[in-house]
Amino acid sequence: MTTLTGRLRIGGQTIPRKYVPVLVTAGLFVAMFAAGSVRYEAFGTGQVILNVFVDNAFLLVVAVGMTFVILTGGIDLSVGSVVALSTMLAAVLLRDGWPVVAVIGLVLVVGAVLGLGMGAIVHYFEIQPFIVTLAGMFLARGLCYTIATDSIPITDPSFTAFAQATIPLGGELWITPSVVAGLVVVVVAAYVLHYTRLGRNVYAIGGSEQSALLMGLPVARTKIAVYTISGFCSALGGLLLSFYMLSGYGLHAVGMELDAIAAVVIGGTLLTGGSGYLLGTVLGVLVLGLIQTIISFEGTLSSWWTKIFIGALLFVFILLQRLISARRTGARST
Amino acid sequence: MSRLLGHRLFWPSAVLAALLLVNVVFTNGFLNVQMKDGHLYGSLIDIVRFGAPLILVALGMTLVIATGGIDLSVGSVVAIAGALACLRISLLGDQNSVGGVLGAIGLALALSLVLGLWNGVLVTAAGIQPIIATLILMVAGRGLAQLITDGQIITINSSPYKLIGGGYWLTLPFGIIIVAAVLALAAFLTRRLALGLLIESVGGNAKASRLAGISARGVLLTVYAFCGLCAGIAGLMISSNVSSADGNNAGLWIELDAILAVVIGGTSLAGGRFSLGGTVLGALVIQTLTTTIYSIGVPPETTLLFKALVVTIVCLLQSPAFRAKVLHGRRRRPSASARPVPEEKKASVSA
Repeated sequence: MTTLTGRLRIGGQTIPRKYVPVLVTAGLFVAMFAAGSVRYEAFGTGQVILNVFVDNAFLLVVAVGMTFVILTGGIDLSVGSVVALSTMLAAVLLRDGWPVVAVIGLVLVVGAVLGLGMGAIVHYFEIQPFIVTLAGMFLARGLCYTIATDSIPITDPSFTAFAQATIPLGGELWITPSVVAGLVVVVVAAYVLHYTRLGRNVYAIGGSEQSALLMGLPVARTKIAVYTISGFCSALGGLLLSFYMLSGYGLHAVGMELDAIAAVVIGGTLLTGGSGYLLGTVLGVLVLGLIQTIISFEGTLSSWWTKIFIGALLFVFILLQRLISARRTGARST
Repeated sequence: MSRLLGHRLFWPSAVLAALLLVNVVFTNGFLNVQMKDGHLYGSLIDIVRFGAPLILVALGMTLVIATGGIDLSVGSVVAIAGALACLRISLLGDQNSVGGVLGAIGLALALSLVLGLWNGVLVTAAGIQPIIATLILMVAGRGLAQLITDGQIITINSSPYKLIGGGYWLTLPFGIIIVAAVLALAAFLTRRLALGLLIESVGGNAKASRLAGISARGVLLTVYAFCGLCAGIAGLMISSNVSSADGNNAGLWIELDAILAVVIGGTSLAGGRFSLGGTVLGALVIQTLTTTIYSIGVPPETTLLFKALVVTIVCLLQSPAFRAKVLHGRRRRPSASARPVPEEKKASVSA
């Protein structure tokens, strides 16, 4: 089992050790926000945080799907490509005059079916998830280019209306419908993970697939389900991205799988599976978004210094997280 | 016959043979190897020559994966090594001076080694999960390479440097000789000395090997440093072949191809077992696939689909579960699969 056990004593209060990684991430996020507020004018406002949500709603949804997969000890490299395929499908179908509801439905079904297929291959043919989803990544990206090699704009009135809509929260704060969609996904996923059989099975398989099998848990169904969920979330993330970009393009979301994996891991989830929380993933996405925000406030960085800066911030963050969290015992990190 | 079929390198070899066969059908004189001006020429030689950087990167990756880790940063190291070497050479008064070029190469390789060690330190001393530890260098390293080249493409004109990626020595392309040397070194270190055993034991069970008195830290540092070095050599080859350094695109996504090559070669991503020969075979399969895509004229927009298809087929053929279920029928060879729970039992448990 990789579940963290024991309790950590901080100032007379004891908190279960399993919550430590998430709390450390939350603490570091607050510290980063505070540092940004001190350094830059107009940084320390609520809208900056809300903008992080607005700009990363699609990543949030994708990372939620990735959390399910990683909790079972698997990994899904295909998410970025499935996101791109979704934007492409949506753009092409809308251009051909399909009704919006049908387009959305079809895109979600395609994403879920791709995930289902990969999950079935992972489970029934016992091929490593890394490789199956890598092939899935090539497949989805290849399908994008087969559909069209250039960027297709989305001009559908209801899509553009949805893209430009804002929801005022009072006090000059606002969010977009995409943020609401992202948060709904988070809440639903948190409920599924912590209050349903499927969720408990996901944790059990991540802890030890062999034990889960011997306990009589539906391993096949659960493993295939998590990849289907991830595919579905990627398709939904792709739809949110097409609202954000208002175009479909085969080069959208290149490397997004790494962002999603980084968000999940920064949120304290172990890649070996069985341990982690959805709240951590949300914080991980916020951390990545805040790093981007800091860079845009910095303003004068050239594109290569931006990459070095992102790497350095990621490094500092992960190192601090490791140093503050007490060393795990018995868990092997791979 | 069944022993041959059961050999773990049988299926990758079969796929390689099939791909070559496709080429023979589509390209006239595909198998011809000619001697021109004392150099060997031919499509087969080209496959090995163009595949040389991938083989090198994949060799380093094999050892990292054997310890249960993974190195995503190799693509960035490729770019950094090429950028640094080209920058140093472009600053030389005489770009053809052998001493100057050797200095530049030495510096670039030393930096690659340091970058590999950096990954190793993050994994061992800081205890960060390898995929994330190397992701840091993957992101920052791309920036570093562009910083070295100042965002430009550095073009050089140096005949000693050109030798690494485009030259010939003893009738063979020099790249092939480098690959052979690195392969021989890796094979000697891991199969003649105890290092291979230590790597497999750390990858198989880190805790048990620590209790047995193996310094996992030293082993891990060694493999990450070796992986960095291999990526550095590959970077020199790639930049030398085109006589220029492109910080943005050199070695882009080579980590995925390298991991794919390692897995096709029969090394498990879970660690604890590796096959250098398999990795070379896997890298050749990928390079032959690229050649095949060009030779049979797959349209550029469907190359990725084709690649996905072939990768899936190779992996399915290699999966004992797939062969047991699809190729041989369910019951004929129940003992062939080494799974702890037999198929029938599994089905009844999950029902």
